[in-house]
Amino acid sequence: MSDMIFSTATFDNMPANTGRRDLFRIAGASGLLLAVTGSGNVFAQTSTESVKYGGDKMPGGLVDNPLMFVSIADNGIVTVICHRSEMGQGVRTSIPMIVAEELDADINRVRVQQADGDEARYGNQNTDGSRSIRQWLEPGRRVGAAARAMLEAAAAAEWGVQVSEVQAQNHLLVHKPTGRKLPFGKVAAAAAKLQVPARDSLTFKAPAHFRYIGKDNVKLIDAQDIVTGRAGFGIDTRLEGMVYAVVARPPVLGGKVKSFDAAQALKVPGVLKVVELATTPLPASFNPLGGISVVARNTWAAIKGREALSIEWIDGSNATYDSAAFRATLEKAARSPAKAVRDDGKTIKVLGSSKRRLEAEYYLPHLAHATMEPPVATAHIVNGQCEVWAPVQAPEAARNIVAEKLDLKVEQVTVHVTLLGGGFGRKSKPDFVAEAALISKALDGKPVKLQWTREDDIRHDYLHAVSVQRFEAALDDKGMPTAWLHRSAAPTISSTFKQGAMGLSTGEIGMTAINIPFQIPNVRIETPEVEAMARIGWFRSVYNIPHAFGVQCFVDELATAAKRDSKDYLLELIGPDRKINPALLSDTSNYGEDPARYPIDTARMRRVINLAAEGAKWDRKLPKGHGIGIAMAYSFMSYTATAIEVEVTTEGDLRIVSVDSAIDCGPQVNVERIRSQVEGAVIMGIGLAKYGEITFKNGRVVQSNFNDHLLLRQSESPREIRVHLAPNDQSVEPGGVGEPPLPPIAPALCNAIFAATGKRIRTLPIGGQLSPVRT
Amino acid sequence: MSTFTINDKPMTVEVPDDTPILWALRDELGLTGTKFGCGMGLCGACTVHLDGQPIRSCITPVSVAVGKHITTIENIEYDELGAALQLAWVEAGVPQCGYCQGGQIMSAVALLKAKPKPNDEDIDDAMNGNICRCGTYTRIRAAIKSVSLTQGDKA
Repeated sequence: MSDMIFSTATFDNMPANTGRRDLFRIAGASGLLLAVTGSGNVFAQTSTESVKYGGDKMPGGLVDNPLMFVSIADNGIVTVICHRSEMGQGVRTSIPMIVAEELDADINRVRVQQADGDEARYGNQNTDGSRSIRQWLEPGRRVGAAARAMLEAAAAAEWGVQVSEVQAQNHLLVHKPTGRKLPFGKVAAAAAKLQVPARDSLTFKAPAHFRYIGKDNVKLIDAQDIVTGRAGFGIDTRLEGMVYAVVARPPVLGGKVKSFDAAQALKVPGVLKVVELATTPLPASFNPLGGISVVARNTWAAIKGREALSIEWIDGSNATYDSAAFRATLEKAARSPAKAVRDDGKTIKVLGSSKRRLEAEYYLPHLAHATMEPPVATAHIVNGQCEVWAPVQAPEAARNIVAEKLDLKVEQVTVHVTLLGGGFGRKSKPDFVAEAALISKALDGKPVKLQWTREDDIRHDYLHAVSVQRFEAALDDKGMPTAWLHRSAAPTISSTFKQGAMGLSTGEIGMTAINIPFQIPNVRIETPEVEAMARIGWFRSVYNIPHAFGVQCFVDELATAAKRDSKDYLLELIGPDRKINPALLSDTSNYGEDPARYPIDTARMRRVINLAAEGAKWDRKLPKGHGIGIAMAYSFMSYTATAIEVEVTTEGDLRIVSVDSAIDCGPQVNVERIRSQVEGAVIMGIGLAKYGEITFKNGRVVQSNFNDHLLLRQSESPREIRVHLAPNDQSVEPGGVGEPPLPPIAPALCNAIFAATGKRIRTLPIGGQLSPVRT
Repeated sequence: MSTFTINDKPMTVEVPDDTPILWALRDELGLTGTKFGCGMGLCGACTVHLDGQPIRSCITPVSVAVGKHITTIENIEYDELGAALQLAWVEAGVPQCGYCQGGQIMSAVALLKAKPKPNDEDIDDAMNGNICRCGTYTRIRAAIKSVSLTQGDKA
């Protein structure tokens, strides 16, 4: 049994799962030897510094108490708690790898258990911002090292020897002088009674001795369950007596129900009840949108019942939202002076007096997450306790909004985290979880699964911000910029939480805009104020998408104007190898990380650019109709660059010939998942660039499903994606992986299209822009 | 009331005739491996086999399946090609979030049954109806080809 455990995943908290789950429960329950008790916060970092960074700055902070994360059964099975959400990035495999490494456990005898939402116990659980490994690699190693120290101490006591003579080796404790051995399971009970060692007493493996971290030898823990249909996603939750619900939501943000007639809906076979949900005034925050819920014996009956509802809506002020008109609003804002958040030198003056200037504007639309699993949540309420099963990236936020909406204490709400059928930031917003809880409350606590349809998902997303990116540059005789003005006109995510908030926040402009490290004496970055008329939210890589697109396309335009090679020009702009304190670029955000630990390293930028270019054989002569484009981004503390070769036919058909994507995320943990995240970002990025767009008319989202909101399909995918990993460097600070590969894709693609055709794409999506104009 | 054979077992559901097979499987019978993605036959997450042919169960009413055999992802491991593809999927690390992969595998099984040695265009045609938002298409293609090669050797 033991060696199948890691390869066949477990999912203890899913009521739908049977058989094997119970087996594991029994195995796990037979003397959990490192008892999980008390609050994790006793071990949380108690920094005396006034300024906190990284994971310490996050709500709940970092916890590295092994008692919270590791238990060892008397049969030796090690259970590692995964407190981050799995959505394809492999965190349920990577976190056990990290802990097993320092514990010196046999990975085949390690299993994973998904944590409920409980930040008092586990520290921050948000699975976003490409933070899970970036911020938990070190704490995770401490968890493993502390547990190992406790096992070694227990074995030493058992043998009556010095602890320095005992060493954990591959699930055994070895007395080095005599070669005596004890399995982990035999001393775990004694170990659990020992004091957790102080952080500064811990010892760590030298990276040269790693067996799992960076070794590319551990299979995805959930793969077997996924391919057999047994994996438990949010949609797969089943409870005894459960009913099914869908909601008709106000079509315009800020709208609400005026009146409704449920008579016809109630006649639909299988429909049980119709419930009105109150609409909370804006800002939207994580509040449900309100509307009319139809509850039925199955999802289909609920959907049919919803179709039979007759509802009159009050639309509110956002009914005027029109994407064509809003583009003009954004362009006007981008063409007007605005608040400067970085102002090196005399940019405005130099631009005004320059003989050679170049300017360009780029328009990027709203994007929808379109996770393959639409939002879904199951809730029931028993004796004043609400229990929820949901695919959430932020389980504590889900707890909080459920508690608020049900008027419960947070401790009265349990959030079980299922697998996520895609996240990309959508499932960081738990509005749908609160909906499920409210419907259950209206049904006297009955278990209910609240299902969003695809149309609900497309029409009521927290959208990636629409924006206009405007650039102006003054150029010297050699075509290098002497001044650089960038205005990022976009609604801010802050507007979702504070009504009327305008202008990008420090963190938002800190994404590939304010922190460009180019060697330009005069740089001015401005954040024009535009209002939000939709729910704006985090989308994989967030404002790096428009900023990297604008910056990297504009650099390509500058290179073209200078009649220079695009890659050489980009490298010259970045300049000599150096480490830059982001604060010197007026970036006070730096993704929340300590600028001393995370300077901007231009040598690493240069390296990923060269890796991508060399992979693509950048300097070769290309067939007619082909072109290669390149783009770079520094985001979430990782360095990425992509070179794409395209062919554009005279009919305007775009074919991706090859993609070379490079990433430097510093230390590598789960190498295979780094590669898969890069590959996925390439495909998602190409899809977004070609098709991604949500538009509004009369305040309503125009698109509805995969017929009018297209995602990339198999035939359009690159046949080959070459991923280039910078050397695995355990000596630098860890960077993110989930988001960083995405920002360079669209600019590399559009630069390639220019190289192939001479046509600049300044408006996304590309759509039909490559079709020849009929005359 | 509709009676059909699901994964080699006779089953009955008491739902209106127009109820899609998807929701009968998931909500009435508890077979949750088949996924809901779009409800319009556009994404392929709901792909099952009806008498061996791949269908989109989200737009196929239960009335169509009466007296026929439905195979879902939960049972495809008992099919030689199904088991081979599942193994290839795991070996190649195909899944990311995994939500669409049951449907992808069901389409791939149908493809290899019809064309044991598909070329790239065959793969495009057979797999284009299955959307993956995570972007696993290159690994899906590679996994199908790896099974095609081994199965081809047996033939």
